[in-house]
Amino acid sequence: MKPFRARLAAGDLLVSDGAMGTMILSKGFDTLATLESLNLEHPDILEEIAAEYIAAGADIVETNTFGASPMKLAGYGLADEAEAINRAAVKAARCAANRAGGRYVAGSVGPTGKLLEPYGDGKPSALRASFAEQIAVLAAEGVDAVFIETMTDLEEALLALGAAREVAPSIPVAVTLTFDETPRGFFTLMGQPLERAAGELKHSGADLVGTNCGNGIETMIRATAALRAAGTLPILVQSNAGLPEAAERGVVYPETPDFFRRKGEELITSGANIIGGCCGTTPEHIRALCAAGERRLS
Amino acid sequence: MNQLERIAAALEKGEVETVIELTNEALGAGLDPGRIVDDGLIAGMTVVGGLFRKHEIFLPDVLMAAKAMNGAMEIVKPLLTGGGGRGLGRVVIGTIEGDLHDIGKNLVGVMLKGAGFDVIDLGSDVSPGRFVDTAVESGASVIGMSALLTTTMANMEKAVRLVKERRLDEKIRVIVGGAPLSEEFAARIGADAYGFDASSAVERVAKLVGEATR
Repeated sequence: MKPFRARLAAGDLLVSDGAMGTMILSKGFDTLATLESLNLEHPDILEEIAAEYIAAGADIVETNTFGASPMKLAGYGLADEAEAINRAAVKAARCAANRAGGRYVAGSVGPTGKLLEPYGDGKPSALRASFAEQIAVLAAEGVDAVFIETMTDLEEALLALGAAREVAPSIPVAVTLTFDETPRGFFTLMGQPLERAAGELKHSGADLVGTNCGNGIETMIRATAALRAAGTLPILVQSNAGLPEAAERGVVYPETPDFFRRKGEELITSGANIIGGCCGTTPEHIRALCAAGERRLS
Repeated sequence: MNQLERIAAALEKGEVETVIELTNEALGAGLDPGRIVDDGLIAGMTVVGGLFRKHEIFLPDVLMAAKAMNGAMEIVKPLLTGGGGRGLGRVVIGTIEGDLHDIGKNLVGVMLKGAGFDVIDLGSDVSPGRFVDTAVESGASVIGMSALLTTTMANMEKAVRLVKERRLDEKIRVIVGGAPLSEEFAARIGADAYGFDASSAVERVAKLVGEATR
């Protein structure tokens, strides 16, 4: 299999998987304390979801470790299980990837949920240590890349990136943030402009920058264009399927696979190198993004 | 600039120490504690809320202003007639079951307290039953629920349903908020109101307290 970085360098368009959390819920696991507890109880479900995304055409599947940093798991009394939870998630994704061949496994790393000082009680050194612990396990278990994602504070993203560079220096790292669109451009929740985020992440050694979750694919197209204008790193974009709406049971997401098929091409044109989904997307959305990629190539 | 305007201005800048210092000075000079809250702290916080809504300032600025307000309230609260909750009503707040995100909820709590509400904060990962039981036991007229995760927001509906099932919907009103939520979502799950941000949450809570029958 061609190394992940070589594919990026060649300018290949890659497709990642879609949502994990909403897929787990749709399989009937809606009473879990935290989605990551599934890694130890039902790793077969993770493998099943990864296989569904691969069958839909995904080149990359992510591990179910978004909330599996020791600091985040501590909120559920699961800090001691962090290593086992991360290991199990990589194994499950790897099984599905190996069976199909030629697919990459990306280790998902999400926010700690702490606000950094002085706004909250999060100590930078403690956050960094928590990220380092998680990423070291993901790396030891053999992920092809680390996706630090859904960050709302550039400072926290930089701590995670620094930890990744320290404990897994040879593994490619992507960092995606969520941005708010304002009349003055895109900003993180903590008020850092997109342009500054792109610059600092590149400077600190990220292989890819990007944006995920968000407010539907159309906003993502504009954010991608802004990222492209701001820098030269490859761009990872994982859009949610719009803001959830209440349904008979749980929630539904307004943006359909067909909408993703039409908008996916624009996403690629605006500069995305890896495209995929976030909350509310399904294997059908990923199939649609693959179709958008193929149509653009042909 | 008079003393109250100085308090408001320092709060707008998020200068925690200065706000506390000026509040002590104002009390020392014999100013009415209620006026310090209304014309100093809340006046400043209203400006902050407005700037936040227009994207002219960001969350860190609001958090520092809230910190300043909290610090000053600690001093002023015991001196207010009625000992703090100024009779505006009691509100139970918390982050819904499964969700540990509390930044927004905490902000709403500070703003509600500042505005004169008696706030019971249940923290995060709060079950629908606990929201409703606490509201009943404490005689609160409003429940405020927050969610950040799209995977937990559906749990809010269970709490709304529980209020109706227990026939408490005349006495207890429910307001919801959080990043993935919308006015439409709130309406669909049967909540009485949606708080777009902390300042709009306070405005809506004030309205809900008026509607709920005691």
